Amino acid sequence: MGLEVMITLGLLIGILGIVFGIGLAVASRFFSVYMDPRIETVAGMLPGANCGGCGKAGCANFAEALVHGSAEVGGCSACGAETSKKIASFLGLKAPDAERRAAVLKCNGRSVKNRFEYHGVSDCVAASLVMGGPKACRYGCLGLGTCVRACPFGALEIRDRMPFVNEYRCVACGSCVSACPKRLYDIVPVSKTVHVRCRNLDRGKMVKEACEVGCIACKKCEKACPHDAIHVIDNVARIDYEKCTSCEKCVEGCPSKSISNDGIKVTVRQAREAAGVP
Amino acid sequence: MFLRNGLKSFLGGVHPADGKSLASGSPVEVLPPPAELVVPMAQHIGKPAKAVVKKGDVVKKGQLIGEASGPVSAAVHAPVSGSVTKVDRIPGIFGRHVEAVFLANDGKEEWHESVHADCPDAAVTPEEARKRIAGAGLVGMGGATFPTSVKLSPPKGKNIEILVINGVECEPYLTSDYRLMIERPDDILKGAEILKAAVGAKRVIIAVEANKPDAFSLLKGKISGREGLEAEMLAVRYPQGGERQLINALTGREVPSGAAGTADTSVLVHNVGTAVAAYEAVTFGIPLIGRVVCVTGEGVNKPSNFLARIGTPISALIEKAGGMKDNASRVILGGPMMGLSMDDLSMPVTKGTSGVLVLEKREVPASGPCINCGRCVRACPAGLIPALLSRVVESGKPELATENNVMDCIECGCCSYVCPARRPMVQHMKLGKLHAAKQKAKQ
Repeated sequence: MGLEVMITLGLLIGILGIVFGIGLAVASRFFSVYMDPRIETVAGMLPGANCGGCGKAGCANFAEALVHGSAEVGGCSACGAETSKKIASFLGLKAPDAERRAAVLKCNGRSVKNRFEYHGVSDCVAASLVMGGPKACRYGCLGLGTCVRACPFGALEIRDRMPFVNEYRCVACGSCVSACPKRLYDIVPVSKTVHVRCRNLDRGKMVKEACEVGCIACKKCEKACPHDAIHVIDNVARIDYEKCTSCEKCVEGCPSKSISNDGIKVTVRQAREAAGVP
Repeated sequence: MFLRNGLKSFLGGVHPADGKSLASGSPVEVLPPPAELVVPMAQHIGKPAKAVVKKGDVVKKGQLIGEASGPVSAAVHAPVSGSVTKVDRIPGIFGRHVEAVFLANDGKEEWHESVHADCPDAAVTPEEARKRIAGAGLVGMGGATFPTSVKLSPPKGKNIEILVINGVECEPYLTSDYRLMIERPDDILKGAEILKAAVGAKRVIIAVEANKPDAFSLLKGKISGREGLEAEMLAVRYPQGGERQLINALTGREVPSGAAGTADTSVLVHNVGTAVAAYEAVTFGIPLIGRVVCVTGEGVNKPSNFLARIGTPISALIEKAGGMKDNASRVILGGPMMGLSMDDLSMPVTKGTSGVLVLEKREVPASGPCINCGRCVRACPAGLIPALLSRVVESGKPELATENNVMDCIECGCCSYVCPARRPMVQHMKLGKLHAAKQKAKQ
């Protein structure tokens, strides 16, 4: 009697097992989606930070786009040159030879005074909604660290009231560019070391009253440049990086010291120190 | 229907100290326009107007100086006769720069030919009324500054049954609408009739809060016997003057979540100031170039109500009100609940400047984490959970705020007002809405 029950149960479970087994086998046939096996390999090669710099929804999405040919290897700025070459050769594509780029902050106004006491959320976007922010210069950095929090690679930190870009960590993903409410970040090739550190669109006395190192639109730089690379447009000097050779003639002539030649060079040194690299 | 002390009201809200006795006794004083006026092109919700004058142009009072650009926009007119000194950028109240026309006042006060200030027009057709209101650059004078002509043209298929004239003025301290009701009740009613005809409504309800019993009796007396006009007194509760809360209290109807206007409820709300401006625009062709501004608060020497031209710098109003006291610490455009702090007193009066509030120095307490007490949930007149919205924005997940209806927030300030942890919740709401708008724009 006990034996009968055991055999019946055993058979029942066995049949169930076979039925489910067949069901699974059928499902895995009919419902399977073909995934190109290369996608997984490429996704493994990518940095995996999901920073969105490529414009896709994460690294897995970008890997898929690469394999399907709808994205270029150069689209991922977080990949170093080596990784890009590896991915390119794996997929049988030409390696990108774009120069490394990094973020640059177009403001040097750490000593700008406050127009009022700001009491509110400690965030640059929030502060910017209140009369353009508490700083005397309405166009400049508010120093509350929204960009620092936005950077997925930890390449930004507040040093002496303003963000500092760690060139070793920056992969030019562009998160800081979209995070800053004053639009102060630019992505620039690392070889360019001369930058106009100002975005103030007022001129002359108004700028001087707000900030000691603001661009007063005097046009001395425009006259000094031998390469036609710097022009004052809408009251602020702007450098055309395609033409600029970092000769630094504009830096010498600028009366308000708005153009800096420290660029990335010094930043690299500071970045090395910060990272503890000899 | 929800009642407080036997008067109609809405769920939620707060009851801050009134503060109205400072300025409520001051009759409206006409403030002569200064020698220089700065008229911004953005004084309304929607696209800024486009300047149609340039440096050197001679203009007459009431002349068009900025034309409406796009379906949701409003025209801007010269508040004085004179000449254009320049058209340039000025810092705006929301942080962005806006274009403005700088005018030199010639002191002659000569009207433009399109204005017939001495010769009223007989009744006009509803369509003509809407056209004149649009041409006069009318916007909501309660502070929201939504272009009035757009509100008077509800989307197809939606008709307006009830027009509410908003004399509630729920913000503490402000008395500009109160003085208008006391001093010009006939013009308010004439404007109400014009707006009623313009939108095809069947009933008009004039709503006043119970802290203005004299204004209520005055208006009620004037409408007795007149067809289609009613007056209703509502319980004192902030923000009763918000149009959604007003519609809900008066009719029990609810504006659906995410709705842009109130047409779904078949009710339209217009401020008493807008009604007067509509009367002047349709009857005399006078465009919107001035308004009643209440200068009040413990920080100003002589709280007053002024009839000021747009473009007058705030400093001129404060000076006429006896100047700021030594302990004055904040200047707010609007009321203490929803107004915006400003630091630049050269900023001009605009169509939406209902008041200038000067407050004394007070300790600003530090804010802390949410203690989950639930006071904000009880206070929120929009039925939201402010604690949740505030926390998700603070912890960097603003997309969760969008999911939880942050777009229905009316930024009334009740949540910040009651929060024991002193959290800057309205700022969190604004950030959440900014993020939601950015995401929408990306799609």
